[in-house]
Amino acid sequence: MTTARLQLTGISKRFAATAALADVSLELLAGEIHALVGENGAGKSTLVKVIAGVHQPDAGEIRLDGELITVPNPAAARERGIAVVHQEPRLFPDLSVAENIFLIAPPTDRFHTISWGEMRRRAAELFEQLDVRIDVAAPVRGLSMADQQLIEIAKALAIEARVLILDEPTASLSSHEVERLFTIVRRTSERGVAVLFVSHRLDEVFELCDRATVFRDGRYVTTAPTSELTTASLVRFMVGREVSLFPKEATTVGAPILEVRNLSDASGFRDVSFTVRAGEILGLAGLVGAGRTEIARVLFGIEPRTAGEVLLDGRPVEFRSPSEALRAGVAYVPEDRHQDGLVLDFSITNNITLPILGRLFPRLFLRARTEVEVATQFSERLRVRMTGVDQAVKALSGGNQQKVVIAKWLAARPRVLILDEPTRGVDIGAKVEVHRIVSELAASGLAIIMISSDLPEVLAMSDRILVLHEGRISEEIPRADATEERVMFAATGQRVQAPAGTGASSVH
Amino acid sequence: MSAPQPQGGPVARVLGLLGRSRELTLVALMLVMGALVTLGAPQFISVSNLNQVTAMAAIIAIAAVGEALTVMTKNIDLSVESTIGLVAFLVGVILREHDLPVPAAWLVGVGVGLLLGIANGAVITIFRIPSIVVTLGTLSIFRGVVFILAGGKEVNLVDLPPGYADLATDSVLGVPVFVIVAVVIVAAVGLLLWKTKFGRQIYAVGSNEEAAAIMGIRSRTVTFTVFAMCGALGGVAGVMWGIYFGTIYATSASGLVLQIVAAVVVGGVTISGGAGTVVGAALGALFLALINNALLVLQLPQELLQAIYGAVILVAVSADALLSQRQRRLAAREARR
Ligand SMILES: Nc1ncnc2c1ncn2[C@@H]1O[C@H](COP(=O)(O)OP(=O)(O)OP(=O)(O)O)[C@@H](O)[C@H]1O
Ligand SMILES: [Mg+2]
Repeated sequence: MTTARLQLTGISKRFAATAALADVSLELLAGEIHALVGENGAGKSTLVKVIAGVHQPDAGEIRLDGELITVPNPAAARERGIAVVHQEPRLFPDLSVAENIFLIAPPTDRFHTISWGEMRRRAAELFEQLDVRIDVAAPVRGLSMADQQLIEIAKALAIEARVLILDEPTASLSSHEVERLFTIVRRTSERGVAVLFVSHRLDEVFELCDRATVFRDGRYVTTAPTSELTTASLVRFMVGREVSLFPKEATTVGAPILEVRNLSDASGFRDVSFTVRAGEILGLAGLVGAGRTEIARVLFGIEPRTAGEVLLDGRPVEFRSPSEALRAGVAYVPEDRHQDGLVLDFSITNNITLPILGRLFPRLFLRARTEVEVATQFSERLRVRMTGVDQAVKALSGGNQQKVVIAKWLAARPRVLILDEPTRGVDIGAKVEVHRIVSELAASGLAIIMISSDLPEVLAMSDRILVLHEGRISEEIPRADATEERVMFAATGQRVQAPAGTGASSVH
Repeated sequence: MSAPQPQGGPVARVLGLLGRSRELTLVALMLVMGALVTLGAPQFISVSNLNQVTAMAAIIAIAAVGEALTVMTKNIDLSVESTIGLVAFLVGVILREHDLPVPAAWLVGVGVGLLLGIANGAVITIFRIPSIVVTLGTLSIFRGVVFILAGGKEVNLVDLPPGYADLATDSVLGVPVFVIVAVVIVAAVGLLLWKTKFGRQIYAVGSNEEAAAIMGIRSRTVTFTVFAMCGALGGVAGVMWGIYFGTIYATSASGLVLQIVAAVVVGGVTISGGAGTVVGAALGALFLALINNALLVLQLPQELLQAIYGAVILVAVSADALLSQRQRRLAAREARR
């Protein structure tokens, strides 16, 4: 038997009172694609960071091709050919895309100075492989989550890797980019690179991976070939119980609440019209960059519109700031939780109550007890894995941070709720919980707009799906007629060649 | 999660406790330093000397409270020393040339401070220019106004009402009036930060302005208000400065901003925003004033004073950093048991 490319044995890691990893082991073979799955806070990212030299393990050993190694820092990991895409993109916003990719080892010319032309050319090549159009000379600031994630991926691909580690790389990508990424990952593994792939999208695990390892609460549960697993058995290993999927409540759709007429903005989208009614969930699907987030940002008063009108309860509104939108009852859960969604230095409590301080405390002074009660109620409802509501959100796992973002807006009780990738990086148990809550909120009369790149989620949750293609609405599909193929077709700008009225069953 | 109690012997326990708050570290340092200095120069502990020190510390502390607010929102106000100088001079001129009652002159002084703060805040928030640039400009502009106002002359103590400068050392029930004013201001602003929506919003804006905006916080209003408050507090400090010195020059309080910002930073307000307390900033001011005074009463060679002063600040801040790292390690080790 050959030695494993990367062998981790008995790894433990603690953060103060939290045992993030307790005596876990993992073996990556050369040429295999290995999935690492588990609930939010199971310790997946912590393991990735131990391998990447971000964290030092308290115990355990790491062997690379049989040789015992330590990884004192990320530079050491890089030198040994361990390429890592971390869960939360950490890019330098004022540097260009190309500079971010070649920050550590920029290509040089014969005078040993940076060769800018070569750098841009190689960066552009990487994105060509990914089939992504991006201006490599432009600064990173303002790019979408998906673009940022793609840049992180390109960064990892730029290294001659022996081990490639991807921590939820697909979380904000849509199917098209995911397919491209998979093609590249497969090609990479065929060259003998060992790939570790972390994801909450189990369909991806089955599609891409040869074997899967499951963690639960910082402990190793099992490793098995994916061919011997089913979604149900995998979920049982992860959660320790049965989970049924996507409980969408049937709702009675009421009066129109939000009407959008011929709305355009400076660059992202043009001439968009739609209506959302009370009790309705409107899904916004489309490829990355189709303009979905831009619509949300205009509706919430973050960006200005250039044309068109928005009516709330039949009255025209134009929000100049998020606080105006909030006061009118429109709330927005942004896609980038680190930049927009959370005050990372604040505790869970202070994050959850921040948008509703005015309502909770109409008089001058705050009461800590009331705040803790509200925070406890909502974080328990979403099953946030934490040591307590006074924990700083920056010490939470990615998925648990997302739950705090959602808890915050549930506590705010809006009338129109815009969710941008609400379950990005959220584990299957919590995803079901989020879906249940969204569905309940709709049933209680909220109008909900849900942007999601997770196609099964859009199909399962939406009463109606609006598909965007390059900034325009390409199709509106009622729930009954929606299939993955039909949405994908519309998202890539193709029209379904079928007589009107026939369901999506004709698309094959 | 409640922080575990520090472990080990009494020394370790005390050190552990200190590591948890910059405020406690400063108090401990001041006590130790006070004792040592008193051994070398007993007059340090005399009532008249301490009155001198605390009066000056009170002025710096009030300005530092305002400065701390701006720093917490990830801004800075460099113009505050000119505000102090302008207000001190203006109040002197009013009392010299107009028949206004003294409290009315003071009120005008604080009002002018507020207006200067509003001017800063307006330019920063309306044109979205970084505060360091704007206040660098107004630092000179406000000082220029003092020069125009002065026209080459200073305000002398003899121009002012009799007994005016005594206020600086007057006390109520043994507590100097200046100290009472400072304590009241620190308590009021401390309460604002700790217990009100506005206080929470200040920390939120300083930690993550984009996120704060999306949560419906009007970050520009917060920034504006903070600069207005900083100006008003600078006005209060300016009035007190005038009382303390009696004689006021057009250049009075020049260079003071370094000491004010140092007090804020020594007091544990992080320069990157979002964290710290005004109690810390005020204690920082007291700490710096004590060091200044100790160096004087110990009669150290003049040319060394500046360097020693800087060194003590660095030692204090690094000691605090070391203690809090130690505290975190202890907490982690404790949790592992
Ligand atoms: N820097 C840190 N300080 C304190 N606790 C931490 C830190 N990083 C992670 N943790 C804790 O360690 C545990 C494991 O976190 P980790 O990020 O590895 O989870 P994960 O499996 O990647 O979850 P997710 O699917 O949500 O990304 C969590 O309980 C988390 O709160
Ligand atoms: Mg993770």
